[in-house]
Formats: sequence, structure tokens, C-alpha cells
Amino acid sequence: MQGLIAKKVGMTSVFNEEGKNVPCTVIEAGPCVVTQIKTKEKDGYEAVQLGFEDKREKRTSKAMKGHFAKAAATPKRKLVEFTGFGEDVKLGDVLNVDLFHDDNWLDVRGISKGKGFQGVVKRYGFRGVGDATHGQHNRDRAPGSLGASSYPSRVFKGMRMAGRTGGVKVAAINLRVLKIIPEENLLILKGSVPGPNGSYLIITK
Amino acid sequence: MDLMKVVDKEYNVENKFPKFNSGDTITVHYKIKEGNKERIQQFRGVVLQRKGSGLSETFTVRKMSGNVGVERIFPITSPFIDKIEVTKHGKVRRARIFYLRELTGKKARIKEKKF
Repeated sequence: MQGLIAKKVGMTSVFNEEGKNVPCTVIEAGPCVVTQIKTKEKDGYEAVQLGFEDKREKRTSKAMKGHFAKAAATPKRKLVEFTGFGEDVKLGDVLNVDLFHDDNWLDVRGISKGKGFQGVVKRYGFRGVGDATHGQHNRDRAPGSLGASSYPSRVFKGMRMAGRTGGVKVAAINLRVLKIIPEENLLILKGSVPGPNGSYLIITK
Repeated sequence: MDLMKVVDKEYNVENKFPKFNSGDTITVHYKIKEGNKERIQQFRGVVLQRKGSGLSETFTVRKMSGNVGVERIFPITSPFIDKIEVTKHGKVRRARIFYLRELTGKKARIKEKKF
């Protein structure tokens, strides 16, 4: 799918025409440089590799320097492959937020904030015991039973338990586009997107 | 956060209200929609705090209704605020004067600022 690499700037809220206060996320989408075009003949599949955000030349390996030199681009920090561009783009082209100028809804993917090792109440929305009295002692947020007894005599695979939470790829689908500011490559979407401010996002049509 | 300022500018957060700060006594004229009719109501009280910045800035106003304290939080960019009048500039030492909530009667007075 056609898309861009972006960065989360932050959240704010605006009043719409109806006078409702709408939460929105500000995203810096692009400029992205086409760093490689993969073809069926050469790579076995078709895709366009985009690069986003400059990084220091000193921090770039020789192999990667050569890769960027082919596209006549400066070294980039983040590289992501997209499909669906077809013949429209050439090596070294710069894509801006204008790509989305006639879209009303966009999908955003990113890495959610890591929460560390969390219990089932936070991780899966279990309700806990819900009572401090009636014989309860230190089990306010316990998961409860893990299953039956002699049958099956084991815990089923995928049983929801405590563990590492967050820090996984999350998609926010069909977010409304509120505004596009082409001069600064800014995109304002309704609602929230995964990850902390300053994290990379993948925006697709 | 430079890019956030660009967004603020894009949505035109111009300050159309007079300057006011915590401790000031202000009257907020705000529009209320009842069915199709719109009318303006006033809320007069002391500003407890201004919070946030840019598009999401809010301010809290507290007034005494009889002997019950009433607080309202207004977003400063709200299209429902018609106008704000500053009746009194109060002399306070802090930006957030929550201590006012505990005070009643003569103790809840705020000295006026002399320029």
C-alpha cells in the first residue's frame, strides 16, 4: 500500500464546526526519499523503499553509504518498504505529505509504549477480585482460575496471564484526516496513534 | 515542540481576550444552546489557574453560589466564549491558588493589585 514514514509530534485538541472539542494527533509525515525500487525480475517482488530523516554520515556504514549514493540521497535513519506506487516514482524522488491530499481516512502503524511486566488487570482488562472484604486478602488484582482440574490437567495454550506489556506493533485504522499543512509536512489526524512522541510511524492509505 | 506551534498558528490561536491571570476576578460571557436558540450566560468569579498552552489551554474560574463553591473550566479556544471581562486584578503570590477552596468569608478575599 502507498504510504509514508512519519514521526509522532504530539497531541492537542481543536474545536470543529459543530463546536465539539476533538482530540487530535500531530504527525510529521515526510519528506521521504525513494532509496530503492525493487522489481519482480531482480528481487522477486515489487516494492519501493523509502528513507526518512537524515542521519550523520559518520554513523553510516560504508555499505549503506553506497546504497544511499545510488539514489543520490543523504544517509537516512529509517527505511521502510511500501507497495502500490507502481511506475509513478523514480529512484531519488522525494515524497511529501501531499501524497495524502485527497484522502479522508488513513491507517497508522507504530510501536506502542512499553509498559514492562504487568498484571492481567492492566494487560487484558481483567476486573480483579473487586472486593476487599468477604475473606479476601492480598488478591485485589488476581487473575482467578486458570482452568478446570483433572480434565484437562494442564493450562491451555494462550491463557491470558501477566507478562511483558506494550512495545509491540499496533495499528490504528481509519483515522480521520483533519488537516494537512504541506509547508511543514504536518498531518493532523483525529484520535490517538501508538507510541510516544518522537517515535516513528508508518502511514498508509 | 516547534511543530506544535505551527499547528497552533494554523488554527489561529490569537488572543482575543484581555490579559488575565490567577487571582483576577473575571466575568465569562458564554453562549448556551437550547434547542435552536442561543443565549448568553455569565459566570463571574476568581481565576484559580491557567493550565496548558496553545490550543489546549484552559482556565478555571471559581465562584461562591450561596455557600457552595462552583468551579468551571473553560478551554480558552472554545467558540462558546463570547467575551471575557476583567473586573479586578488580584494580588496573589502563586500561579495556582487552590488554597482559596479552603477559605470562606472574609478570609477568601484577595487584595487588589495597585499599579
